[in-house]
Amino acid sequence: MGELTAMAIIIGIIHSGIRLATPYLFAALGETISQRSGVLNLGTEGIMLMGAFFGFYVTFVTGNPWLGVTAAAFIGVLMGLFMAVVSVTFQAEQGISGIGLSLFGLGVSSMLFKTMLGTVEGVKGFSELQFCITGTFCLANIPVIGDIFFNHSILTYAAFLLVPIVTYVLNKTTWGLKVRAVGQNPEAADSLGVSVNKMRYAAVMLGSALAGIAGASLSISLLGIFQENMTNGIGYIAVALVYFGGWAPLGVMLGALLFSSVNALQLWVQVLSLPIPSDVAVMLPYLLTIVALAIPFRRSLQPAALTKPYERGEN
Amino acid sequence: MSEKNNLLPSGLPRIESLEMRGIVKKFPGVLANDHVDFDVQAGEIHALLGENGAGKSTLMKILYGLYQPEEGEILLNGERIEIHSPTDSINHGIGMIHQHFMLVDNVTVAENVALGLKSSKGMRLDLDVVSARIRELADKYHLQVNPNAIISKLAVGERQRVEIVKALYRGAALLVLDEPTAVLTPQEVDDLFVIFKQMAADGHALIFISHKLNEIFALTHRVTVLRDGKLIGTVNTSDVTKADLANMMVGREVLLTRDRQPRETGEARLVLENVNAFNDDGQSVLKNISFEVRSGEIVGVAGVSGNGQRPLAEAIAGLQKVENGRVLMAGSDVTNFTPAQMFDTGLSYIPEERMHDGCIKNFSVAENAILQDYVRPPFSKGIFLNFKAIASHAQELIESFNVKTPSQETLIKNLSGGNIQKLILARELAREPHVLIAAQPTRGVDIGATEYIHGQLLRQRAAGLATLLISEDLDEVKAMSDRIVVLYGGEIMGIVKSDEVTIAQLGLMMAGERADEVFAA
Repeated sequence: MGELTAMAIIIGIIHSGIRLATPYLFAALGETISQRSGVLNLGTEGIMLMGAFFGFYVTFVTGNPWLGVTAAAFIGVLMGLFMAVVSVTFQAEQGISGIGLSLFGLGVSSMLFKTMLGTVEGVKGFSELQFCITGTFCLANIPVIGDIFFNHSILTYAAFLLVPIVTYVLNKTTWGLKVRAVGQNPEAADSLGVSVNKMRYAAVMLGSALAGIAGASLSISLLGIFQENMTNGIGYIAVALVYFGGWAPLGVMLGALLFSSVNALQLWVQVLSLPIPSDVAVMLPYLLTIVALAIPFRRSLQPAALTKPYERGEN
Repeated sequence: MSEKNNLLPSGLPRIESLEMRGIVKKFPGVLANDHVDFDVQAGEIHALLGENGAGKSTLMKILYGLYQPEEGEILLNGERIEIHSPTDSINHGIGMIHQHFMLVDNVTVAENVALGLKSSKGMRLDLDVVSARIRELADKYHLQVNPNAIISKLAVGERQRVEIVKALYRGAALLVLDEPTAVLTPQEVDDLFVIFKQMAADGHALIFISHKLNEIFALTHRVTVLRDGKLIGTVNTSDVTKADLANMMVGREVLLTRDRQPRETGEARLVLENVNAFNDDGQSVLKNISFEVRSGEIVGVAGVSGNGQRPLAEAIAGLQKVENGRVLMAGSDVTNFTPAQMFDTGLSYIPEERMHDGCIKNFSVAENAILQDYVRPPFSKGIFLNFKAIASHAQELIESFNVKTPSQETLIKNLSGGNIQKLILARELAREPHVLIAAQPTRGVDIGATEYIHGQLLRQRAAGLATLLISEDLDEVKAMSDRIVVLYGGEIMGIVKSDEVTIAQLGLMMAGERADEVFAA
């Protein structure tokens, strides 16, 4: 019996690791795009909260989670536009303006929650896909593999599918080359007629759309509810994951998986009431973040113009 | 002439003539270009000469669409054109090689060339097509460029060629070259000049911005001189002498040669013994550096930028940790002393980053004049500053070193580079040092101030000062130094007497050949 349980626990941890990676992945991939263009968007947390609320609310009212996701992406774009105006056009200190945006998102989403919903409600969001090939044969029913890989919401698959897509867009398209160039050497891009600010607006807004979807993936896919401050730091960890992943989508994905697995592990530690204080278990993922960020070799991968507003003719 | 003869090797049409007429550009408080006329023809290399702040770069930034002029017009092949952005200028066949390379250094040559261009594959990058065209251009112009190389792995000379290919790829018929030789070895400069001459012979029009008179005579057909934003004149290079150009540039007679009298040297004041140092990434930046600087001697340090000059100066000044070996001042061991301790041993240091390490931008001239000595009498008494003593000290430095400043209360950032450097030099020399490290003392400094600074260094030499002169300007090192230490990759390639070595030999050593190999050849 012991063995069976151990097996089930391991499968459980892996399954929830993949599942919990969803919001981290969306947010961190968005942040990757933004940072590759040279903008550190610390507003991710606030954008996620707004995305979580609007995604939830629209789903709650219409019953259609796709409309919810669309609304979350839209509010993300608006928040991103705000971030870009402040940090790109008006060249505000990016760290400060991002924190401001996060607090703004927290405040507004909490207020809207109180005035528009008032109490915690549930929605039927995206359900787990079963991948049924015939009426009775479903991939989700395959032992072990089915449980681990074929029993997730469509947003989880979308998040993982974004990894190669973002990699391709950044590395193999003209748009991606421009994004990388304005993040590395904006003067060079400007001298070739590439509009630095336009590229940064686009990257921040696209990144923020993904952050909005990240929030929605929490409220309408993973949990099916909205609560005040439900992101609880995921947005900030997503920013850390970009550093951890060396500004590359694949690295970011590995970081997100590692992080969500440790998170899943700590949930199980609590569930199984192992003789470890639950506070220590809850601390684990955050400790991991600090350790990961202390690894110095990654800094050389950082976009050279990250956090530096661009102004022509400074020399 | 047949139609075919009007095409450049790149297959694009020539720019027969480009003319800028009556250009006026104002910045707050400055008239950067005051009715400037300038023109260049196909097949010509036209030099634009002037001191820092004369308005050369402004004029060229207007041509390239980075600035908009208040007045004036630009005519291309006799027809008036409007240039509002770099894109406009590129579309008219104008290319610019900037003083600081405009390359994204963590991507490939091909990606740098493709940046901002439409792809033949829509949204997808067409790097194979771009690479093929790069190879074709490289072939036609005899430029060695590998499209797949990552920029950060290339030497500066190679990066320069990438910049040229980048401009040619965009169809440049006219090239603006903004001080393109600043970071090259003499051999690389020679190679580059061969390329430029061939391009002109092929029908390109080239504008060459420089303040190095040697290069202007080696390369150009005509020279236009600007001073204080005004056009001084345009002359055929073959009709004038260096002295003529220097006078046009500065507006008065300038001493171009330095009169360094032979002098007996005294005791060894600064000695380095097998000094080794590492940078923050753990890479070796100084390898077994040993030399001495004696009283009454100027020892020059030559080398291409980034070959250990800065760590060397900082290792002596106490800003860079010495891992192995010793630094001696007047015979006593001062290895890894703090900067303050080093000052007490009689060292003065003029750092290469004048605005960053040499002064505090938002402090006044008077405050900057006592940056090391503010804790000492007469400038302070207990915890109080003695403003009277500070003011008279500042006044003395301003007068004796001819620093042009509205007042000693003026913030130092509002002074010109030359005057800031004069003040720093004054401050350091007023401390009556035994040893002076002067790192890039005349970089970005106008000819007049350079002349003055050189004169001061030679006077101090005559008075017995031991000077270590670190410079990337080979002519300066050669003219000013008694002996020259050549650095390459953090190692000494050789220590030579400056009267017994040619610029070409120094160039080979700067490129990594040891003195014995160079002199054996």
